[in-house]
Order: sequence, then structure tokens, then C-alpha cells
Amino acid sequence: MSLSLEQVQRIAHLARIEVSESEALTTQGHLNGIFQLIEQMQAVDTQGVEPMSHAQDVSQRLREDAVTEADRRAAFQAVAPETEAGLYLVPKVIE
Amino acid sequence: MSQWEVVIGIETHAQLSTVSKIFSGASTAFGAEPNTQACAVDLALPGVLPVLNKKAVDCAIRFGLAIGAHVSPKSIFARKNYFYPDLPKGYQISQFELPVVQGGAITVQVGSGEKAYEKTINLTRAHLEEDAGKSLHEDFHGKSGIDLNRAGTPLLEIVTEPDMRSSDEAVAYAKALHALVRWIGICDGNMQEGSFRCDANVSVRRPGQPFGTRREIKNLNSFRYLKDAIDYEVRWQIETLEDGGKIQQATVLFDPDTGETRTMRTKEDAHDYRYFPDPDLLPLVISSDWMARVQGELPELPAQKRQRFMSDLGLSAYDASTLTASQEIADFYESTVTVAGADNAKPCANWVMVDLAARLNKEGKDIAESPVTPEQLGGLVLRIADNTISNNIAKKVFEALWNGEGATADEIIDKQGLKQITDSGAIEALVDEVLAANAANVAEYRAGKEKAFNALVGQVMKAAKGKANPQQVNELLRKKLSA
Repeated sequence: MSLSLEQVQRIAHLARIEVSESEALTTQGHLNGIFQLIEQMQAVDTQGVEPMSHAQDVSQRLREDAVTEADRRAAFQAVAPETEAGLYLVPKVIE
Repeated sequence: MSQWEVVIGIETHAQLSTVSKIFSGASTAFGAEPNTQACAVDLALPGVLPVLNKKAVDCAIRFGLAIGAHVSPKSIFARKNYFYPDLPKGYQISQFELPVVQGGAITVQVGSGEKAYEKTINLTRAHLEEDAGKSLHEDFHGKSGIDLNRAGTPLLEIVTEPDMRSSDEAVAYAKALHALVRWIGICDGNMQEGSFRCDANVSVRRPGQPFGTRREIKNLNSFRYLKDAIDYEVRWQIETLEDGGKIQQATVLFDPDTGETRTMRTKEDAHDYRYFPDPDLLPLVISSDWMARVQGELPELPAQKRQRFMSDLGLSAYDASTLTASQEIADFYESTVTVAGADNAKPCANWVMVDLAARLNKEGKDIAESPVTPEQLGGLVLRIADNTISNNIAKKVFEALWNGEGATADEIIDKQGLKQITDSGAIEALVDEVLAANAANVAEYRAGKEKAFNALVGQVMKAAKGKANPQQVNELLRKKLSA
């Protein structure tokens, strides 16, 4: 399996990364290199091996349902580019 | 006109009743000042890590057990990637492969009266995920305002199979699900505050044909809108197809003001979420001990209670369904029956479902706010059963109880002199009086006019100020008139 240049550009768009034509070509090469690696791994017989969803074979730690975080809005908003009435302001977005 | 079959599947987002968020210790209380409940984790500041809330998992297990689903001993969290300013991380933590709840079913009662029928809706899955923040688009000199208080609020997304065949079935399912999540205490069900919102996937097809192309109606936050949106969408799809058009897969929004749906995005620009397992979160493992504990804490479920109302109290399927529509109604009814006795289960059902419901409805009150208590209502039903008062007088007593004119039905009957006249001598005297004074009616009755009889009954009841036992009045009148 290999990626077309168009697919690379689409993935870049989805990730909101701007790539020039030449960067896209370089990236295509890199990604296809990774795909070759994956193909090698896929050649290994893994029948009967349960897939892992995490590199560490341990399970999720849980916390009790309790409010432990105080309001730190002032501190958080001090570093925000623009705020008003307690809201973070961003360029207008309407879907 | 040729036949079309409607196919509907529903996805519901139920906000779980936790005090803190699913992956952080910030509060989930509704209505706080913007961003005062958005902590570093919710804001996705660098270096933060999510830690899963145990209560949210508890809620998911409760739900899974309540619908007879497979609660997966192991489930995993995934990142659903998209960019929107109210999603600070650039991904939503959700579950994709291996959701916590798999399968299950909910049986609902559709319609009422003779046309009522039962239908089982199968569920595909229910998974845990976090909610996004809110974008406010007005009044910020050309900018959008972002409130992240809701970001990270725990949700259970509940997905059905495409099992529903009409908007009525969809609404019956949504109502049953709404009642169930409140019943088992995992969601407050407040639709205005967005705690329970539905998306409907709608398509039409010729019976026996493969599924048609579906369109998804997003964010329906009332049962009325759910019905209206589906009805509009179905009409639109059928018209489009019959005019030779094609349905394009799309996401649409329902506008309650126009009653129409409009396209938000089509398949071409549909999101490509690029799900992958979240490396920040390890697999969620649910032990059999944990499941057994949650099972032990589950209350009697609506379906079980409904069955018991039918088998032990002899109620019809319809009555039993109506009385198990919510925990509050069921509790009220059961307390009423406790006072009035199982022999009076049916009259108790009628009082709760008809008279009380109508009165509550008139005042826009919830059953929990009823001024008439189950104990008072049970006492009233007892006095009807033992012939102390007639049904008609009982309505007066009920009204008096509602208005707080007395602490018990007995007190009101006594104080207002409403006790039924059952002394046949007294009733006979009244009957004689009325017969003497209404010779015209008597003649009409004897000439075969049944209506005249009713007029005479009315006169006797009037003379008795409504307190005469109607059955005795009827019998005595017939006897006297045929003499």
C-alpha cells in the first residue's frame, strides 16, 4: 500500500498543516517509507494473538467523582489573546 | 400512491449525573459563569493528562445491565479528530472500537388504546465520551465567544439499530429511554439544559428493498421536535424520490420555527475523524465484582415493574406502561395502592392517570409537586369503594383536597356533608317527591322515551344535592315507574 500525493495533501488539510507542493512530495516519501515498515510487520503471523490497545499491558486507573479543581479563570485568561465577558474570543466560526 | 417504508435509527447523548468531569476534577454544575469550570485539562494546556472518572463508568455499567447488554470487561478510548474552537484538544476522547456497552434492547409501548402495540428496539452500543464546549456567535464584534464549562462533561452516547418504522415509534423509544436513564439515576434528563439530546437517522425504501440513503437530523432536544423533524424529513425524502430525484447522504438541522430540515453538510465534506486509540488512556477494565456490585444496586426496572403491575395488580398493558413512565409516577401510584389496597388497583390507576394527571397538566405541575398526596388519594378511593361517596362527589372531594380544604378525604366528606345517602327510605321519599312534581316526564317515559328517565334521575340527584347513591336511585325509579 502507498499514498498518493492527493491523499497526503488531504491528510495535511485535515490536520490543518500547510504543506507546499515540494513538502508534500517529501512527506509522501516519508509516509510511504513508514507504510513499507507496516507491511513488513503485517507479514508476521499474529493469529491467536490478542491485539493490544496500548503499549503497556496495564489497565486504566480511575479517580473518585469529586470536584478538585478551583476556578482559575483569571490566570488562564491572562495568557489568552483575547477575552470578553469571561469568554475566549476566536475568529468567527459558524458551521 | 405507492408504499414507502420509513427506517429510523436514533443516537442519543445522555449527560451523566456526575459532579465532576469525565477526565478532570472540574465541576459539571449547570449555569456557572463562563469558563469558571474549565480547568487545565479541559483547556488542553500542554502537559495535562486525562484521568477517568469512576462514577461515569458506573453509570455506563448501570445502563448496560438495565438494557440486558453485554458490558465489555475491557473497552478502549479513542481520539476522534476534528478542529473546532470549542474542542481545545483538536480531538474528542470517545470510544470507537470496543465500546463499554454492546447490544441490549428496550421494549416500548407505541400508541394508546386499541391501536397500541409493543415493539422491541435493539441497541447497537453505548459508549462513554466527553462533551465539547459552547460557541456563542452573537455580539462579540465579529468574533465568536467560547465557553468551555461544558467541555469534558461525561456523556453516554446510545446508538440503536435502524429498527424504528415511524416517528411514533421513534418518539416512543426516545421517551422510554429518557424515562430509563432517569429511573436508574444516570442522567437528569433535562432536555432544556441539553442533558438529553437525540440525533435521528432517517431513510425511506420500498418494503423488502435494501436500506435507502439516510440523512441525519442533529440535536433534537424535545420529543415534539423529534416527531416533527422526522415527519418533515420523511415527506421530503418521499417527494424527492417520487419526483425522480436522489437522496444524498447528509447531516441536516431542524428549524422549529419553519418546521423544516435544512442541509448542514453533505457526504463530500463529511468529517473524516481518523479515530485511533488514545495513547493517554489505558484500557478500561471492568471486573465481574464491579458488575455484580452495580447489579445489586439497580432498582426494580420499569419493565419489571410494568410486568408486576399487570400480573399482581391486574392492570392492562397500557395502564401499566403509563404508570411506569417515570419513577415518580410509579412511586405515587404504588403508595396510593398501599393505602387503598390491591383490590382497588384499577380505580387507583384511573385516578392517577386521568383525574390527577389532568389536574397536574392544567396547572403545569409535575407529579412530584402534586398538592394531593398518594395517602390522601388512596383514602379517597377507599371511600368510593365502600360507597361512602359516589364517583361524582369524589371529584368534588378531590378538588377540595387539591385546594387544601382538609387533611383527608374523610375530613372533607364529614365537614362538607358529602356522605352519600344510601338509606333507601330517604331516597324513596326523594323519588316520590320528584315523580309527583314531574308528571310530564313520567308520561313521556311511559310513552317509551328513555330520555325522560334520565331527566328524572337528574331531578332526584339534584334534590339529593348529588349525594344519593346513583344505583339505588336508578333501581327505585324503575320500580316505581313500572308499578
